[in-house]
Amino acid sequence: MFPNSLIQKFTFIPAFVTTQNLQPHGLRSLRCIETSDFFCIYNLQCRLAGHIMSEMGFAFMSAEMKRSYYEDIQPLKGWPARVWFVVLVAVLVAVPFVIKSYYVYVLSLMAVNVIVALGMNLLVGNTGHISLGHAGFVAIGAYTTVLLISGAGVVFPVALVAGGLIAAAFGFILGIPALRLEGPYLAIATLGFGIAVTIIIGRVELFGGHMGLIVPKPEIAGIDFSGDRALYYLVMGIAMLMGFAMRNILKSRLGRAFHSVRDSDIAAATLGVNVARYKTLSFAISAFYAGVAGGLWAFVLGFINPGLFSFVLSILFLATVVVGGLGTILGSVLGAVVITFLNLQAESIQHVPVIGEVLIWISQNFMTVSGLPNVSWIFTGLILILIVIFEPLGLYGIWIRIKIYWRTWPF
Amino acid sequence: MPENDFFRVEGLTKRFGGLTALDKLTFSVEKGMLFSIIGPNGAGKSTLFNCINSLYRPDEGKVWFRGKEITGLNPHRIAAAGIGRTFQNIELFANMTTMENLMLGRHLHMKTGLFGAAMMFHRRSRAAREEMVHRERVERIIDLLELQASRDKFVSQLPYGTRKVVELGRALAAEPELLLLDEPAAGLNNEEKEDLIFWIQDIRREFGITILMIEHNMQLVQDVSDRILAINFGKMITEGEPDEVVNHPEVMKAYLGG
Repeated sequence: MFPNSLIQKFTFIPAFVTTQNLQPHGLRSLRCIETSDFFCIYNLQCRLAGHIMSEMGFAFMSAEMKRSYYEDIQPLKGWPARVWFVVLVAVLVAVPFVIKSYYVYVLSLMAVNVIVALGMNLLVGNTGHISLGHAGFVAIGAYTTVLLISGAGVVFPVALVAGGLIAAAFGFILGIPALRLEGPYLAIATLGFGIAVTIIIGRVELFGGHMGLIVPKPEIAGIDFSGDRALYYLVMGIAMLMGFAMRNILKSRLGRAFHSVRDSDIAAATLGVNVARYKTLSFAISAFYAGVAGGLWAFVLGFINPGLFSFVLSILFLATVVVGGLGTILGSVLGAVVITFLNLQAESIQHVPVIGEVLIWISQNFMTVSGLPNVSWIFTGLILILIVIFEPLGLYGIWIRIKIYWRTWPF
Repeated sequence: MPENDFFRVEGLTKRFGGLTALDKLTFSVEKGMLFSIIGPNGAGKSTLFNCINSLYRPDEGKVWFRGKEITGLNPHRIAAAGIGRTFQNIELFANMTTMENLMLGRHLHMKTGLFGAAMMFHRRSRAAREEMVHRERVERIIDLLELQASRDKFVSQLPYGTRKVVELGRALAAEPELLLLDEPAAGLNNEEKEDLIFWIQDIRREFGITILMIEHNMQLVQDVSDRILAINFGKMITEGEPDEVVNHPEVMKAYLGG
């Protein structure tokens, strides 16, 4: 999707002091501190379409000793990561007590979009497929969850998982034609799926037609989660759990198989990777994430109707992972947070001096339907274009630069 | 009886439109052998490998491996049956590290499923333990092929010669019983070629793998092969001991054009 030349511009950044191999095999030992090494040029490694990994830091600043192979696959490796994680959790727990209720709702929306983005990134960034129909999976998840609770009286957690599983089943079915389609053809096929789902839902009485459905109260074991704060904790907790699960999947045998399908399906097959299975599995997992997110979204909004799941939403999901950074968990998170924020807050651009006035002027003079939505869409589109042009690795690329800057700070 | 042979190709034919790339090719390989296939460019050598691997469907003929017919099975099933391979033009996973490439070689031997992988939260979780066991095996291959320096580098950053070695290592990591090497020495310098000869012999001794090798480098072929098959225009010219084949008048004619 991105030529290597775009990625190569990142390879100049400082990196790698010599490493020595001591026991056990293959674990990087203490990085040696030698004056000549200070001026070594580090080697910043990157992955397809913005997947960079930095394995760096000057020796004296981040001496690092690995004692077991497990440390290469451990979540939250090392104490700084753990401390930051605890800080993050503490902030996320405390924040609803500090901010206005509207912003609690915004945070919940962000968490929902993070879940969709995680699934989307598995499909697009890690398996190398494309989908313009993810809004369809979100819709399937949302309607299944709501109908199971209000229609069939199923308890909330079961309904949520069922919504995800039904979406996954549709993802699996959509994955079958994907075995033969690639690139633009697959984009069109998935686009058709997404639109068809919205239209069908809008015409069926059971689904409430265009009027949609009112969402019942989410209840787990008699506890009502319908308050802004309670719902926020629920959604955030699920998003975090699903984020870690995705991280684990990507670090495991399955994650490697997904990558192998992306990079060379011929070689993958000759190593015993069942290419067809992993392609459809990737669709199914991706749809599961979208389905669960759909179920949660319904509760965050309080109502659902087919208009919510338009194909513009699908395109925003794709934009989320591209802007965030393809093939990385952090990219999904950053992308979802920024896109959600832009989507809701872009209107405030009108208060910015010059730019806001210019945008409003454009909207009033050149557009048939004038008003704020125009302004915010222009602004959102502009930001997306700028990010893709100036930071092809997405927000994840910016994050990596910041990290390197601080690691090598005095220099 | 084909069932008794370790590996046997029988009457294999592949046509691309009017071109017959393989023409009723028949040969068999005994267990433990290093069997080389030589022939000028376009003789059908790589096509033969692709037919064995099921990347192409042969038009006629059968392939037998350990008493079972494997013709036309899915490529991943052929890998599971115990046939590994390398490619002439290197088919590595360019955006993964050397380590990850080699770990993919272990794919067939690992069992972690979706749920197990998602729950890999702890050192003692089944998925993590399996990961570590197989990492150990991969580290051994890294040591054998002296790939320590490239372990955590992305394959796209490695020089050509090293990539060839990584690809060999990846095939080895899968622990195949039959290894198909498609021009392993192509594009290597002399030093790397010598290393390669050493490794091929090492691999046979340590892993007891049967090797089927396509190679242009006559020196290498003569040094390491037990038997050689010479083909041209998809047909067998001759098959036999290295000295016989290399000095066969038709082989010399095919190579020297005289």
